[in-house]
Amino acid sequence: MQTTREGRSGRPAIPWHRDPWVRGLVYQALTLIVVVVLGWYFVHNTALNLEKRTVAHGFSFLSTTAGFDISQTPIDYPKDASYGRALMVGLANTALVAVISIVVATIVGFLVGIGRLSKNFVVSRLCTAYVETLRNIPVLLQIFFWYFAVLGVMPLPRNSLQPIPGWVYVNNRGLYLPEFHFGGATGWAIAVGFLSGLLGAIILAFWAKKRQIATGRQFPTTVVGLALIVGLPVLAFALTGFDLTLVAPKKGTFNVTGGTEIIASAMALTLALALYTAAFIAEVVRGGILAVAHGQTEAARSLGLSPNQTLRLVVVPQAMRVIVPPLTNQYLNLTKNSSLAVGIGYPDLVSVGGIVLNQSGQAIEVIAIWMAIYLSISVGTSLLMNAWDRANAIVER
Amino acid sequence: MTDAASPAPLSPSRAFVRSVLAPPQPPPASTVGAGAWVRTNLFGSLSDGVLTLLGLAAALLVARAVIDFAVLRAVWQGDSGEVCRIEGAGACWPYVTAFWKQFLFGRYPAEERWRAWLTFAAFFGLLAPLMIPRVPFKRANALLFFVGLPIFAYVMLCGGSFGLVEVETTMWGGLLVTMVVAVTGIVCSLPIGILLALGRRSQMPVVRMLSIVFIEFWRGVPMITVLFMAANMLPLFMPEGVDVDKLLRALVGVAIFTAAYLAETIRGGLAAIPKGQYEGAMALGLGYWRMMGLIIMPQALKLVIPGIVNSFISLFKDTTLVLIVSIFDLLGMIQGSRNDPIWSSPTTGATGYLVAAVIFWCFCFGMSRYSQWMERRLATGHKR
Repeated sequence: MQTTREGRSGRPAIPWHRDPWVRGLVYQALTLIVVVVLGWYFVHNTALNLEKRTVAHGFSFLSTTAGFDISQTPIDYPKDASYGRALMVGLANTALVAVISIVVATIVGFLVGIGRLSKNFVVSRLCTAYVETLRNIPVLLQIFFWYFAVLGVMPLPRNSLQPIPGWVYVNNRGLYLPEFHFGGATGWAIAVGFLSGLLGAIILAFWAKKRQIATGRQFPTTVVGLALIVGLPVLAFALTGFDLTLVAPKKGTFNVTGGTEIIASAMALTLALALYTAAFIAEVVRGGILAVAHGQTEAARSLGLSPNQTLRLVVVPQAMRVIVPPLTNQYLNLTKNSSLAVGIGYPDLVSVGGIVLNQSGQAIEVIAIWMAIYLSISVGTSLLMNAWDRANAIVER
Repeated sequence: MTDAASPAPLSPSRAFVRSVLAPPQPPPASTVGAGAWVRTNLFGSLSDGVLTLLGLAAALLVARAVIDFAVLRAVWQGDSGEVCRIEGAGACWPYVTAFWKQFLFGRYPAEERWRAWLTFAAFFGLLAPLMIPRVPFKRANALLFFVGLPIFAYVMLCGGSFGLVEVETTMWGGLLVTMVVAVTGIVCSLPIGILLALGRRSQMPVVRMLSIVFIEFWRGVPMITVLFMAANMLPLFMPEGVDVDKLLRALVGVAIFTAAYLAETIRGGLAAIPKGQYEGAMALGLGYWRMMGLIIMPQALKLVIPGIVNSFISLFKDTTLVLIVSIFDLLGMIQGSRNDPIWSSPTTGATGYLVAAVIFWCFCFGMSRYSQWMERRLATGHKR
């Protein structure tokens, strides 16, 4: 590039049509023209086709009354709710199943990943078998398995299984747990207690670290922090007089009513997504731990750190640097895979959107909404990830 | 102290100095043999022992449940689901016997199935020598596999020429569709992926931006929405009167989706090629395309073969998603037949899923093992 620029100004070394700079411009212009023409062609055809179908376009359909039921509504969904509201419910359901699955997948994944590195022959082989089995079977097949083959053959509501008689019911519609009813202000008090405990623990951790850096004295942060997080809500609960009633679900002939209901499709989806993604997370964790050079462990041990301290202060912080980026990737994959809910009718964003699409015929708009939502989740996560990467990059001195 | 280091002649004051090595003692009995192995690997400590026992118990439970379901309580013979509806019956194998041809080919007409068999045979016949490094004629083989086979498969499966009866794609199904979607997906997406990867590393800002937007867009959305988009919007994109085949729509969606992922894999390979290779190629006077085609790509692609195989594995698993846009792949056939009025029973579905899981598992596990083996083989010590 540099030499040709000189050539352009000074020596007549290169004819203009061989100048990479000119060529670059021409190629880019050509690419742009091709893309624009292709785009125009598609838009033009679409416009013609839509005109013929006389489908109204635009997003005004979002305020039309939806008129279909949704089997799980974490946010309010009245009878006369609009399509827009239905899509919001779908999004809330996606978020619900994604968050719960991510928590379960992380716990299982870390256990299995560490288990694969265990010196215990049985444990490591079992974890290997888990990973190799689950990640080589399509996740949709696993969702179908849990939904149709396991939960689908559960007894009818009138013959519900009762793992804890009178309190917990399982049938082919789902799982019924007792509902917690906090009287009066108890619920709020516990929430406030939990939040202030969390805040206190975070402040404590900062203070303890600062003091350790300044004076070298350590503080049992984990124990005290946990005590705060658990203790304050319990204290709030006690102060408000243990005002809690458990409402057991009641078994009827056709249904189980009352209590907290977890519908079968939500259970199947969560189980399948969590267990499937856990296999991938296990591999990520194993790779991360293996990526910490053995010399680090040896150096830490020779400095007199205990095996526990070595793990906590030397291995894990370095492994996390390797683990976190692919881990977020897995979280994203899980969130995207939750769209497979449409296969078993769990009312997530894509399922609800599919119903809206079929009822209103607004294919382009619905697909655009899906894409926009999933894209903003992905792009948002990668921006966060990049920030994390920058903050945690190895500082080279 | 000092004479330990210097080999001074033996002085008479020394009573005895060993001049021959003592024979090695056998290791302590507690560190060798099966007992020691069990002690160190299974019962190293109390918690270790507990874990071992728990693990063994879990393994036994799972193994017993599977064997119990698939063998001990299984129903082996019968002409209808009636035999499987008895209380406590396990796997319903007669269902699989009755439906395995549908699992393989869907509703492909019975008298034309030889064409599908032949295509399968051609596929595996060309794939096997391609995967074994020792077999010669790789170039011709690859050309046949990536160019010849698709044409052959198209002619064979679609028919309508060379005196073959036309078979509409709505009749296709089962493993046939799974393979068609997966193989077409990878064959079409590889060139697109290479171009996108090159575009993303290009120095031309317009090309780079377009590639980044294209790649990140498709990687950011779930495959199922891509399939919905292909199924619903592709017909709208086409001028009036052009009818896009349903399977073709799904194939387009799958190819674009996979291409975006492959582009990132290949970009990783491109990034791993040392700068000297580019400079060397340019110094030899090669233009961009010849530099890429002759120097960079062969090395980069070789580096990312495992990555490409991994993409193929996830593509192979993701082919199951086409059933949601009503194309009946292997899993779709099972979904369609498990509620068959004659064959439905509480365990029909589980039996079908077991069969599908074993088939998918064999393919995916085989491929991942192959990719690991290839990775070891290609690790020539040139890694930077």
